[in-house]
Amino acid sequence: MAEVLVLVDHFDGDIKKVTLELLTLARRFGEPSAVWVGPGYDGAKDRLAEYGAAKVYVADGELADYVVAPKAELLAKLAGENSPAAILVSATPEGKEVAGRLAVKLDSGVLTDVVDVNGDLVAEHSIFGGATIVQAKVATGTPIIAVRPNAVAPVAEAGAAAEEQVSVELSDAAKGAKIVDRVVQAKGERPELTEAAIVVSGGRGVGGAENFSVIENLADSLGAAVGASRAATDAGWYPHAFQVGQTGKTVSPQLYIAVGISGAIQHRAGMQTSKTIVAINKDPEAPIFELADYGVVGDLFNVVPQLVEEIDKRK
Amino acid sequence: MNIVVCVKQVPDTASERNLKTDDKTLDREAADGLMNELDEYAVEEALQIKEAQGGEVTVLTMGPDKAAETIRKALSMGADKAVHLVDDALHGSDALQTSAALAQALRKIGFDLVILGSESTDARTGVLAAMLAERLGVPQLSLAGKVEIDGGNVRVERQTDYGHDKVEGSLPAVVSVVEKINEPRYPSFKGIMAAKKKPVEKLAVGDIELDAAAVGLGNAPTQVVEFAAAPPRAAGTIVTDEGEGGAQAADFLASKKFV
Ligand SMILES: Cc1cc2nc3c(=O)[nH]c(=O)nc-3n(C[C@H](O)[C@H](O)[C@H](O)COP(=O)(O)OP(=O)(O)OC[C@H]3O[C@@H](n4cnc5c(N)ncnc54)[C@H](O)[C@@H]3O)c2cc1C
Ligand SMILES: Nc1ncnc2c1ncn2[C@@H]1O[C@H](COP(=O)(O)O)[C@@H](O)[C@H]1O
Repeated sequence: MAEVLVLVDHFDGDIKKVTLELLTLARRFGEPSAVWVGPGYDGAKDRLAEYGAAKVYVADGELADYVVAPKAELLAKLAGENSPAAILVSATPEGKEVAGRLAVKLDSGVLTDVVDVNGDLVAEHSIFGGATIVQAKVATGTPIIAVRPNAVAPVAEAGAAAEEQVSVELSDAAKGAKIVDRVVQAKGERPELTEAAIVVSGGRGVGGAENFSVIENLADSLGAAVGASRAATDAGWYPHAFQVGQTGKTVSPQLYIAVGISGAIQHRAGMQTSKTIVAINKDPEAPIFELADYGVVGDLFNVVPQLVEEIDKRK
Repeated sequence: MNIVVCVKQVPDTASERNLKTDDKTLDREAADGLMNELDEYAVEEALQIKEAQGGEVTVLTMGPDKAAETIRKALSMGADKAVHLVDDALHGSDALQTSAALAQALRKIGFDLVILGSESTDARTGVLAAMLAERLGVPQLSLAGKVEIDGGNVRVERQTDYGHDKVEGSLPAVVSVVEKINEPRYPSFKGIMAAKKKPVEKLAVGDIELDAAAVGLGNAPTQVVEFAAAPPRAAGTIVTDEGEGGAQAADFLASKKFV
């Protein structure tokens, strides 16, 4: 079976869930080989085996010290040696940049923000804020596909995870942008927005920074991540990094709860592929209700605290 | 300092956007065009660097005739001149092809610093800065929430999901900026008047040493196989809160096994 290269997305050895999704997807059209860059491999290899990695190419050392380019050089080298059927990366900002550089190196087509791939390597995108579904394929070179987190459910299947150390002689160009320091924000207990199974977002209806605790309480009762509309981030009520939408993060959780958000097209662009959508809004005409699987028309300051109380009761 | 800022005209996100049934490309005529909002931050950053360090800001866009409106906007904001890459042979080019064309145009223009937006709101690929850096063999200082130029060096704060990386490189370089790095200015009346006299050079594929066979829909390395309107979501249940709204929502979540 043809090999499929899967670039592992991790933070210091902490594997992102999207990697398991990519390994699951890769098994539809080949045999996944995970590609590991950076520190922390030893603690992570069991997880890769558990999700079907037949091989793991491990390159640590200086590759992680420079922006994006070394990863593309490594993948290009592996692609040259192994002629994979496809190369999968996560459709995060960084993953897409790796895909972009790799596409230039291999002169191959690249598809980004993919939400599904079938056995014939035809990829599905959801565009224009979810209004249109497109099937696309790579016609030239090795298909390079960046897949959105939460697009497919990860399914375990044992793999050999045979380890192979690899190295690449970095070009000077690849060392052009050096990472001199890494500033890690206190993450808190909540899951990361784009990876979370449940996202609770607040909008202008929340009315102020101090009231965002209402949203956070609901998120915490469900083990969810917190998001915000642009109206809320523009007003400075919540940090911009948590903005969901066209010019913010794209999320695709199992459950999205929109609280005090009207559902403008630009907001929908970032959450429309969520599996189940719940809306709480006092305006029955709010467009978010068109998307909602369940909606409550009411004042969020009454509905949300009661919801939290009821969730806690049911635990 | 010779700064080139890459801007793209996109259909207004508020208008209805469609693919054309004949060639499956975006129908750019049907929707109002405006400057990709994320590129406004790129233009603003270029102007601020120029104001602090001196130099010249050139706007580069690839797009149909209509994209001249977006060039005009960037010139009204304060850019000095523009290059408009326009040629029917470019129609339907995908990201990889667009990067090939823009890289050739950049070689022809010459640059110390190229600034892009982080993503276009229509294609949303977010790959062009990386592709241009790769093609031009210069440092990629992308997704910057802060840019500092110090002599021949560039330092940026690259936004990451855990915070940011401090990244250093030297000029010439490609930078992309994220939303909210700055507050883009509105064109002033004076700026709008001045823009009318600023030079806009039109380039065709033949002017940038690019093989016409390398671009355009027919040669695209990615192809749209088919497309369709998303199936409408099944109508949901909407209840009005009469004191029990929270409990009812909790019942729904429980029925879906979320609690
Ligand atoms: C190019 C561009 C890009 C954009 N990108 C984004 C983006 O990435 N993300 C994004 O979110 N937006 C984006 N926007 C902005 C978008 O158009 C909307 O302006 C924004 O999403 C509105 O946020 P909102 O729903 O919180 O606010 P509003 O539209 O003001 O809605 C607030 C809602 O709260 C309800 N409400 C008020 N009080 C209560 C209460 N006590 N209880 C219950 N409900 C209440 C109201 O009924 C209303 O429906 C973008 C716009 C443009 C032009
Ligand atoms: N046709 C184009 N002409 C000029 N610049 C472009 C063009 N397409 C994209 N860009 C630039 O590349 C950035 C990223 O776009 P994209 O990779 O399409 O998401 C945009 O913010 C622009 O700065």
